[in-house]
Amino acid sequence: MNAVTEAGLIDAPAPGARRIGEVILDLRNISLSFGGVKALTDISFDVREHEIRAIIGPNGAGKSSMLNVINGVYHPQQGEIVYRGQPRRGMNTHDAASSGIARTFQNIALFKGMTVLDNIMTGRNLKMKSSFLLQALYWGPAQREELAHRKEVEKVIDFLEIQHIRKTPVGRLPYGLQKRVELGRALAAQPEILLLDEPMAGMNVEEKQDMCRFILDVNDQFGTTIVLIEHDMGVVMDISDRVVVLDYGRKIADGTPDEVRASQDVINAYLGVAH
Amino acid sequence: MVETTRSAEADTFPRLLLQHAQTRPQRPAFREKDLGIWQAWNWAQVADEVRALACGLAALGFKRGMNLAIVGDNRPRLYWAMSAAQCLGGVPVPLYQDAPAADMAFVLDNAEIAFAVAEDQEQVDKLLEIKETVPRLSRIIYDDERGMRHYAQPELCAYEKLQQIGRDYDRAHPDFFMNEVRAVSPSDVAVILYTSGTTGKPKGVCHTHAAMITTARVLAEFDHLDDSNNVLCYLPLAWVGDFLYSYGMAHVSGFCLNCPESPATVMTDLREIGPSYYFGPPRVYENILTQVMIRIEDAGWLKRRMFHSAMKLARRVGIPILDGRGNVSLRDRLAYALGELLVYGPLKNVLGMSRIRTAYTGGEAIGPDLFDFYRSIGINLKQLYGMTETCVTVCMQASGDVRLDTVGKPMPGVEVTIADSGEVLVRSPGLMQGYYKRPDATAEAIDSAGYFHTGDAGFFDADGHLKIIDRARDVGRMADGTLFAPKYIENKLKFFPYIKEAVAFGDGRDRCMAFVNIDMDAVGNWAERRGLPYSGYTDLAAQPAVYDLVAECVAKVNADLAADALLSNSQVHRFLILHKELDPDDEELTRTRKVRRGFIADKYAVLIDALYGGKPSQYIETQVRFEDGRRGMVSAELKIRDVKPQGPAQPPGTAAKRPVKEAA
Repeated sequence: MNAVTEAGLIDAPAPGARRIGEVILDLRNISLSFGGVKALTDISFDVREHEIRAIIGPNGAGKSSMLNVINGVYHPQQGEIVYRGQPRRGMNTHDAASSGIARTFQNIALFKGMTVLDNIMTGRNLKMKSSFLLQALYWGPAQREELAHRKEVEKVIDFLEIQHIRKTPVGRLPYGLQKRVELGRALAAQPEILLLDEPMAGMNVEEKQDMCRFILDVNDQFGTTIVLIEHDMGVVMDISDRVVVLDYGRKIADGTPDEVRASQDVINAYLGVAH
Repeated sequence: MVETTRSAEADTFPRLLLQHAQTRPQRPAFREKDLGIWQAWNWAQVADEVRALACGLAALGFKRGMNLAIVGDNRPRLYWAMSAAQCLGGVPVPLYQDAPAADMAFVLDNAEIAFAVAEDQEQVDKLLEIKETVPRLSRIIYDDERGMRHYAQPELCAYEKLQQIGRDYDRAHPDFFMNEVRAVSPSDVAVILYTSGTTGKPKGVCHTHAAMITTARVLAEFDHLDDSNNVLCYLPLAWVGDFLYSYGMAHVSGFCLNCPESPATVMTDLREIGPSYYFGPPRVYENILTQVMIRIEDAGWLKRRMFHSAMKLARRVGIPILDGRGNVSLRDRLAYALGELLVYGPLKNVLGMSRIRTAYTGGEAIGPDLFDFYRSIGINLKQLYGMTETCVTVCMQASGDVRLDTVGKPMPGVEVTIADSGEVLVRSPGLMQGYYKRPDATAEAIDSAGYFHTGDAGFFDADGHLKIIDRARDVGRMADGTLFAPKYIENKLKFFPYIKEAVAFGDGRDRCMAFVNIDMDAVGNWAERRGLPYSGYTDLAAQPAVYDLVAECVAKVNADLAADALLSNSQVHRFLILHKELDPDDEELTRTRKVRRGFIADKYAVLIDALYGGKPSQYIETQVRFEDGRRGMVSAELKIRDVKPQGPAQPPGTAAKRPVKEAA
């Protein structure tokens, strides 16, 4: 993990090594309100293939709402979402998952009593094709299918370096590892877009470094597009390709980390402004 | 032993490898867990892999007489890299994989390394980091390709690519490999192992093929090992114990080496493999026992009662039964058999020790209670004595003739004498050829008669068993002239599951004092069960309840010491719990995790002054080095606790009067 610590937190991959492609997800003029509360107001931004896109902002800025809009939990009153060139309307979470969008949650949402292996296996749920009856009997095609899925899950376990807790119930693991398992479950779905809701909240420096490394590795090795919400500015600036900044449900900046860092609006939103 | 006599002409590691590939091509030679499944390679496959690798190295310019650095955990491919270097008449130089880059730089420079094989990105990063200080380093071969895609450095080459180059080279030069193997002579150096360096810079110990193979053959014969054995390779590659007991023994006996999935999964892998031959320093056995004790304390009352009563019986009759001594009553034998069914058997199964035929410990003195625990539940744990320079094997205990306080009789072919100073001297076929490029140090260690000076103080008892007291230079005297053997006291303290590390002081002083490191697992668990909140090691270590806990342990050690007239004066009078764990990264422990007492005494001089000065507490600030090389400060106000010395023997001086008064 040496490379993680040499220059600041992360040394970014050599420019040009990872090819950032076309716009894969385009959000146009999204507005979302709950009764009279406007959570998001006229927000537009896009996500390109293979990039790491961060959404940042102070508490209550609408970051999680934005993520929930992307994966179909909330349906915006106005605006349009274009995913892979297709406008999407009224998509539910299941559709989002089957079209290759996986996510993790701000508060860990794992099955506490199940082992790490089983939890990650649930990430394969949508890819299982054999019938419930065959699976229950563990017979013929169902058995072959399970073996294939298990192999994929083991690859994820190997990737995240959690072999030693493979058979440990998730509830017994420390917080940092639980976060890693949750990332594992999302990865097991082999998503095209991975939505991470505060993947580093509540972690210590070492755990954050590990998580950063895993996020970069996922992006680099599987080419997964990543949209992440994060509080920790340092982390975001180090690993993201582009950053969008929300404040009170509005977009106040959008661009490369350096551009965002220099924006007066962002400085005001984060540090406050004298009136 | 038919096998060993028939193979008498195979006298180098490459020839042994090729011989196994012919005589037992289908027998497993290596296993490694990958994606949750144990993958096996048989001897024929291994010979093929090694051949491809050796040819690849040769194609890139690795030549006879060059050294090949090997950095990483126990992976089959790294063992094959050792073989490949040997096939070309080169010398593998395994390094401690957790050493910081700066420590590696010294060894790489000293061994004139041009080629290195690294396990993964982490190790490659370290090598690249020190490349500037080691200009000779021109090729780095890496095994795990993860995260390596964007490394464009010209010196890098993937392991698989190297084998591909090797296969092409082999096709172009079909006789090359066998000619190289034939050119290797038994008197060539087979490996250079750098000593952990308790004092000064590490020295490279050169062992020839002949020395290693002769020693391994003696060992195989001693414990009747054949190709049906299984060994788990989990000790650092750079340690002589792993090279001899894993690599060397497998080449002689043809058994299978099993590599764990990751360093964190060793306990699980141990259970899955169920090795038949096992070697570990006392620390490993201690960790396992600590885990057992923690889990027993957490178990229900029925299980706890069963365990404790079964262990009571085992401590009384288990060892005589294991040694086949006939003085155990039928009733006890039946009770022990029941215990085996209900407690010892399941326990051994959980520990992965059900199939162990022989287990060894060495490198450091083992605590008596620790040693008895394993033997009493029927694990044939024995002690041995030796060091890197002697291919370990100086003395070993034969099955059935095992004692706690000796290290056994000299092995066949090994001459052991005791110098007038009490130092143990050794002459054997397994002796090193010398220290690499250090004729001065070699001359200092091996005298004109060919005896190696071990630096250990010891003597032979009436039955011809060697007894090691301590490092010759560590054994000291208290102010009143009585014996002070710090390691003996430290080991007694360390047997308690709550104490991970202890450092005793008393040489030239009137009283003995100690630093203690608590075991974070055991004490953390203990605190949880009591609902004691804590934030981390420093906080937990400072809790009064934890001090009470440790004080109890110290008092028990004192009671033990009081029973021995010779050592009664070295009872611990005061102790403190250190605010940080002793760590090799801070140079407080060696890489093999031995306490560097002198260094610690200097570093924490202020604490020692406080102990002897009678202060109730002392403030200290210490710099620590994190794994990634960054530095930080840890500071704390350390409390010091007095413990009443006990027993009939009265220490001289004023300090001694106190306990007598209080007892009255």
